[in-house]
Amino acid sequence: MPLEATQRAFAGALLDPEAPVPTGVVDPEGRPAPKRFAVYRNNVTVSLIEALATAFPVVEKIVGAEFFAAMAREFVRAHPPTSPLLMFYGEAFPAFLAAFEPVKHLAYLPDMATLEQLRRRAYHARDAEPLGPEFLAAVPPETLGTLRVTLHPAAHILQSNHPILSIWEWNNAASSDQQTALPEGGEHVLITRPELDVELRRLPVGGAHFLEALQSGAALGEAAAAGAAAEGFDLTTNITGLIESRVVTDFTVDGAA
Amino acid sequence: MTKHRPNTKDAIPQRAGVGLKACHYDDILDGKPDLGWFEIHAENYMGEGGMPHHVLSQIRNRYPISCHGVGLSIGSARGLDPAHLDRLKKVVQRYEPGLVSEHLAWSTHDRGFLNDLLPVPYTAETAFRVSEHIDQVQTHLGRQILLENPSTYVAFAESEMSEIAFLKEITERTGCGLLLDVNNVYVSATNQGYAPGDYLTEFPVDAVGEIHLGGHANDRDDDGRTLLIDAHDRAIAAQVWKLYEDLIGRIGPRPTLVEWDNDVPAWPVLFTEAQRADAILAKQPAGDGAKSRAA
Repeated sequence: MPLEATQRAFAGALLDPEAPVPTGVVDPEGRPAPKRFAVYRNNVTVSLIEALATAFPVVEKIVGAEFFAAMAREFVRAHPPTSPLLMFYGEAFPAFLAAFEPVKHLAYLPDMATLEQLRRRAYHARDAEPLGPEFLAAVPPETLGTLRVTLHPAAHILQSNHPILSIWEWNNAASSDQQTALPEGGEHVLITRPELDVELRRLPVGGAHFLEALQSGAALGEAAAAGAAAEGFDLTTNITGLIESRVVTDFTVDGAA
Repeated sequence: MTKHRPNTKDAIPQRAGVGLKACHYDDILDGKPDLGWFEIHAENYMGEGGMPHHVLSQIRNRYPISCHGVGLSIGSARGLDPAHLDRLKKVVQRYEPGLVSEHLAWSTHDRGFLNDLLPVPYTAETAFRVSEHIDQVQTHLGRQILLENPSTYVAFAESEMSEIAFLKEITERTGCGLLLDVNNVYVSATNQGYAPGDYLTEFPVDAVGEIHLGGHANDRDDDGRTLLIDAHDRAIAAQVWKLYEDLIGRIGPRPTLVEWDNDVPAWPVLFTEAQRADAILAKQPAGDGAKSRAA
């Protein structure tokens, strides 16, 4: 049999528990060997389930390890990794959770998976030096509206209709004393990594639109207008957050050399 | 096919090393253990930045590093993924490892990356494909790589030659070296019904640039016979230590890695395993192995 055909049959049977053991896969006596083949089937499935559990610890904590493993088993069979970089495996997991009937009652679960996925992206993102809080003082006030900033390569913005960061913090609390009542309504979160540790920050009203505008290259004046579309937007609060989060790595202003 | 030379500037000493695990970063950086070298899984350092590179750079400043790929799928019937080959080159250029190795296995097909080291049939076609791929890797990296003998649970009816004959053909065609995993020899020999000592006697030891040792688990096959699983989740078995000691006594010292990838123990446990290998290596007159090293 050509190697291509052997591998197609082997790969297909690995992810399909109902498929028969491929012809020609044998024991030392040349006999069919389903239990031996099952070692590979098990290695593939179990190692990918473990990769998902490592990637989505809060999702696993919320649904429980046993349920997570069963759910992940369905996911890995339907969506095996497309790349050997397992550190990013699970791009399709949030969408899978959104469509997975047994977790429909946990409406925030897909956003939690997205938050965990973005944390991993931030953890492995390119290094960049954040600007210190003094950078803004160097900008002449009359040109402030034309300020354009480069956000850190690790910066991601997540808008959730659920109090997603509060739920994340609740699940990562060291003790039950720190588990306070969850707020009502949605939360928007900035995920970034000023140095080596990933940081999560709750964004103020309009903050997600403000940051997204800046991230896509808008000037501060335009970004403020984008943020102000949200009722209660406060520019000072948002600029303070921009500085405190150390998410800016570079800037330009009109008229500056 | 072009013959390539290994990197000799940052050579791996003929001592024991261990597989680098994130949970041991602090033990290594703070404790500065007297260890010959560390081996990384190339894929763990293919992210763009952050903690993994920050720590590895510090470790690299103090120890030689060997780079062990687990995702290239050299035994694939299809061509290699050029993007992955580029990522490997980036890791190799950045950390200048003393040795670069990959597996005689495949892991990628239409369905995606299967995250296991899957076996190949030993046929003329496979030998041709594997040789082509190794040549491509060595040319891309501009250096020799080592190919690791697999642990296997099944055989293929279509196989035309022994694993030894297959490996010899690959090294002759490509000039690659071999990574001899003694635990894999013991696992495969048990599972395939041959004597591990005979396999090691026939092995082309002149091509061996590195040795792996690791732990295995016990299972049963379809007929209730012992089936060993290459689990890397426990201490090295007594039988594997014995094979290793005999081998080193015969061929001289070689860089030896202790692999422990699952249920990773506290640092002192892993370090003690490495010291045991170091003690066996130290019994041999230094330089013996170097004369017969792959070039």
